[in-house]
Amino acid sequence: MIQEGIVRHGIGRLVSLIPTLLMLITIAFFLIRVAPGGPFDSEKPLPPEIRANLDAKYHLDEPLVQQYFRYLGQILVLDFGPSYQYKDWTVNELIARGFPVSLTIGGLAMVLAFVFGTSIGIAAALRQNSAVDYGAMGFAMLGISIPNFVIAPALILLFAVYAGWLPAGGWDWSVQRMILPVVTLALPVIAYIARLTRGSMIEVLHSNYIRTARAKGLPMSQIIRRHALKPALLPVISYMGPATAGLITGSVIIERIYSIPGLGSYFVTGALNRDYTLVMGVVIFYGVVIILLNFIVDLLYAWLNPRIRYDEAS
Amino acid sequence: MQLPPKETLLAMAATETADDDPFAAALAQEPVRGRSLWSDAWHRLLKNRAAVTSGVIMIVMVLMVIFGPMLSEWSGDYTDWDHTAAPPSLETGHWFGTDAVGRDIFVRTLEGGRISLLVGVVATLVSLIIGVSYGAIAGYYGGSTDKLMMRIVDIIYALPFMFFVILLMVVFGRNILLIFVAIGAVNWLDMARIVRGQTLGLKNTEYVEAARACGVGHWAIIRRHIVPNLIGVVMVYVTLTIPQVILVESFLSFLGLGVQEPMSSWGALVNDGAQDMESAPWTLAFPAAFLTITLYCFNYIGDGMRDALDPKDKS
Repeated sequence: MIQEGIVRHGIGRLVSLIPTLLMLITIAFFLIRVAPGGPFDSEKPLPPEIRANLDAKYHLDEPLVQQYFRYLGQILVLDFGPSYQYKDWTVNELIARGFPVSLTIGGLAMVLAFVFGTSIGIAAALRQNSAVDYGAMGFAMLGISIPNFVIAPALILLFAVYAGWLPAGGWDWSVQRMILPVVTLALPVIAYIARLTRGSMIEVLHSNYIRTARAKGLPMSQIIRRHALKPALLPVISYMGPATAGLITGSVIIERIYSIPGLGSYFVTGALNRDYTLVMGVVIFYGVVIILLNFIVDLLYAWLNPRIRYDEAS
Repeated sequence: MQLPPKETLLAMAATETADDDPFAAALAQEPVRGRSLWSDAWHRLLKNRAAVTSGVIMIVMVLMVIFGPMLSEWSGDYTDWDHTAAPPSLETGHWFGTDAVGRDIFVRTLEGGRISLLVGVVATLVSLIIGVSYGAIAGYYGGSTDKLMMRIVDIIYALPFMFFVILLMVVFGRNILLIFVAIGAVNWLDMARIVRGQTLGLKNTEYVEAARACGVGHWAIIRRHIVPNLIGVVMVYVTLTIPQVILVESFLSFLGLGVQEPMSSWGALVNDGAQDMESAPWTLAFPAAFLTITLYCFNYIGDGMRDALDPKDKS
């Protein structure tokens, strides 16, 4: 009965993703096409014949609407076409090259953020209005307020230039080169999760069943672990969707500062060079990732939260 | 405003719950003696030391940004070849030092601050206007209008926001007007959702019903009875949106997609500073500090206002 409700809810949500995806592709496509300047504009204009050949090869000579439907058809079979700037590369290949790097940094940052964020939040909630609480929340506010691109140079200066403990940038899949980018990326998310956890933990600790548990004489550690943790973490779970979007956006900056060959740096290079297909490919790809993750988080939330049951038709 | 004696404050705290009454908010428009929602909120805000300190710092910051550059003997685009990449010093008059081409960091930081703060305020206003009207209309009309309008918001919400701002900047070129509009146009969604939720609650209140019974038109009701009662929520949200917008602008400028030379903003200056941070760390430190302090203070003011205007939330 309950399972069925969730499944039906899931299918409904999945169907409702379609207009979102369509809109994503449409906006991206038309926005970049009305842009002045094209991928083959350079300081030295190309001879007209070559230009015409290039346009024909990339179907740029067709009417816009026809190009749009061609592109939609391509997307359906997950083909983002060739990159205009990186000759001999298709966008698919670039994504396949860049995404594993970005995924590694983003995934590690997410794990780090979850572990530290919830621990700090719980510690602050348990000692509400104490020095620990104020310290943790002051730190969290700092984490939210200091932008990534300020933290990153500061960390490089401290740990790479002055102390010389870690490399300042670059990428070779080694742990040393991962530490600074992952920490930088995780810091604001740690801060946000800590604030969320503290708030919801305080609320949960005030509820009747926690008082009952305490009255039974259960030790605090057990109350937290067995009764308070799960409901307190629900807001954090629902924050995971926006957090992923934030991490992806942040990775654009982080990859640039630490010279990491991830998808974010391809995106910025593509944006600065009007590489239509690459930019669209990345926007759509990340859009799909964010939308799907939101969907998963939504289901996870429904599954974890006993108060939400999708039995009745909404 | 003067703080009332402690007894009064205590009495106020005791009657806090009474302020949830929407009538109190409506009455606040009249010069009523006693404790309106607003004066209560104001006193609660004044008791919040972090928020008050932040407010004072922000006033100083705004004054500095407006008048500070006049105090210096240098101008922002002047190249002082005798002092390139010079450290901060009182003797040369370069209080925050100079960058690699000899421009004064003090003046550039403050002039960049003008742009950053201006973007913060203007783009927030754009999102405010779109968000409030959209949310109020959706919430007030309700039914299928509301469903459709909120469905559109849901769809846009799921899009990767930052990437779209970048796309907009790439497509339409980098000019400051577009920055205002682009950031504002993508940032109104939260505002619309919050306002819609509030409106849904407000439209079933007795006084709106009374107005409708008197034959007041839809627009007049929205304008005179709904929107004024949204002001509290909206103010809190505006304070929290400003730092977000400043952050987005700095993010764009940092990537080289925001404001362009000779104009500057804190994000662009941090980007410049990050290039030379090994030889001239002050070029990074000062703009970064100004940006961070501003964001920090705005967040504290917003938090404080939320606590002050929403006593229910206080545990």
